[in-house]
Amino acid sequence: MHVANEILNYGILHCVSPRDLMPHIVETHDVVRIFKGKEKPVKALDKVSIYIGEGEIFGLLGPNGAGKTTLIKILTTLLLPTSGEAYVGGFNVSKEAHKVRRIISLVSGGETPGYGILSAKENLWFFSQLYGLSSSIAKARIELLMADLEFEEYAKTRMSRLSTGYKQRLNLARGLLNNPKILFLDEPTLGLDVLTSMKLRAYIVDWAKREREGTVLLTTHYMAEADEMCDRVAIIDRGRILACDSPLRLKRKLEESVIMKVEVSSVQADFSFLDHIKGVIGYSQTRSIQTDTTSFKVMLTEERIFADIMSKLEAQNLKVLSTNKAEPTLEDVYISLVGRGFEEEEGPDHES
Amino acid sequence: MNREELIHNLKAVYARLWVRIKGGNREPEWLAAEVVIPVITLSAYVFLYKMVKAPPEYAGFVIIGGTMMAFWSNVLWNMSAQFYWEKETGNLEVYLVAPISRMAILLGMALGGFVNTALRATAVFVAGILIFQVPIALYEPLTALLIFFLTIGALYALGMMFASLFMLYGREAWHTANLLQEPIQFLSGTYYPTTSQVVPQTIQLLSSLIPLTFGLDGIRRVAILGQGIGDVWLNIVALVIFVLVLLPLARFALGFMENLGKKEGRLTLRWQ
Repeated sequence: MHVANEILNYGILHCVSPRDLMPHIVETHDVVRIFKGKEKPVKALDKVSIYIGEGEIFGLLGPNGAGKTTLIKILTTLLLPTSGEAYVGGFNVSKEAHKVRRIISLVSGGETPGYGILSAKENLWFFSQLYGLSSSIAKARIELLMADLEFEEYAKTRMSRLSTGYKQRLNLARGLLNNPKILFLDEPTLGLDVLTSMKLRAYIVDWAKREREGTVLLTTHYMAEADEMCDRVAIIDRGRILACDSPLRLKRKLEESVIMKVEVSSVQADFSFLDHIKGVIGYSQTRSIQTDTTSFKVMLTEERIFADIMSKLEAQNLKVLSTNKAEPTLEDVYISLVGRGFEEEEGPDHES
Repeated sequence: MNREELIHNLKAVYARLWVRIKGGNREPEWLAAEVVIPVITLSAYVFLYKMVKAPPEYAGFVIIGGTMMAFWSNVLWNMSAQFYWEKETGNLEVYLVAPISRMAILLGMALGGFVNTALRATAVFVAGILIFQVPIALYEPLTALLIFFLTIGALYALGMMFASLFMLYGREAWHTANLLQEPIQFLSGTYYPTTSQVVPQTIQLLSSLIPLTFGLDGIRRVAILGQGIGDVWLNIVALVIFVLVLLPLARFALGFMENLGKKEGRLTLRWQ
């Protein structure tokens, strides 16, 4: 929590990639977006400045309501910033929206664009025409994408009869039809099973590497997804970019911290005492009603502080089922910045 | 718009038209229902006129009114309100991110909707004429066609304008569409001639603000009463004015609403 406050007090973090190494294909300069709230205005983005290099897979990681979708909507010309400027492919998203649209594509997870009464292949043909593809190119790309994403056998199946996983494959294929220079993915694996998610992630990474200049901006609240896919990750919370670096370097910053995972035998365990222990950087908790247990992960400045925590748990008559020392993950980076996990105190979801 | 952009947009028009025709005719039972139900509605009016011993051409008025009403319903629910559904399914977002004119999508919808409705309306018209033995006095079919296409142009332009409302206001616009269904049916004289002496002048005046009124009146005069272009020139002029005013207005409204939506953040907001 102390670290988090320091970062928040430090001011706005500018997420810059090494300019000398790669030209920036996405840039935002102090972008602010304010929505009319029911009681008071809601600041969804607060002076967000990011720079994404060509060919990068860049992740925006944050809980629901953090401002990820708002930023992606601004970059895909669906929303105007209240102040600040954003450029995609060198074009101003507010003033040159049409030029931006020629080089981008947007795939939103949980969405099923298309027409249920048409087959998967018919839907893809329809979307190919929105990008003006010739019949031969459209046909070849559709065949290739259906084969790559493994849904050839469902080519003639009506979209309404496809499972969620196949609908999402279709959605991704739709997003790649125009061979975009920048692919925007908003929670692309939302609601998908593990296997389908893995396949889609692998395919997106492969696509970005294959298309030498293919850039991906991905929003997610799945830590593992950001860790696995992204060259760089920006951690966003309540409209502010709190940290921005490669997943490895972000995690390395926590090397001096100690992360402990503890499981206790009550679903109602109260860990508010952690707020008062000096040396606790932050913590997150997961409660399981089925097993009547609570797991919590706590980040400490020194290992010896853990003994204090154990004695406090004992004082509360909580049975400790297991304790483990853990390697830092992106979730820990988030905890170190905000003082809490994703599942707690999420911001207002003004985007949906 | 350069040549390349024009071709690109025409492809989008064709694609959206194709979706509508393909989707609209994939289930044969839909087609049957869309022909049979309007014929039943028309029958009620025809029987009523026969019962009160109205002149025989009134049956013809009803059949033409019912046929044209199919187009108005299509404009209102499958054209204007379509953007609401497109928003809910996530298609609107895809359209707005694609490098095409929104008018291309609307034009595709309009043409596809027109083809689908024309198939059904023709079936309703032919069935009505055959079942009720309506006397036809059509001497100038080209004039009738001209009035018909001008009416369709004006109606679909009106539909495009309403689409921009649905794009931004979603369900709030639904009530507006509901409000436009019955009153327009009443004011435009779908099942009776507004120019008859029984209709009060105020209603005649109000009805003159609706393109459907001029279209219906013109087609009825040419097809049932045997009149010619000299008798319906005022209808033609009024319809041309409607088309010339409504089309650019629809384009402006669409651009204005899109910009407003981007400012307010309501463009892709669901369930509003």
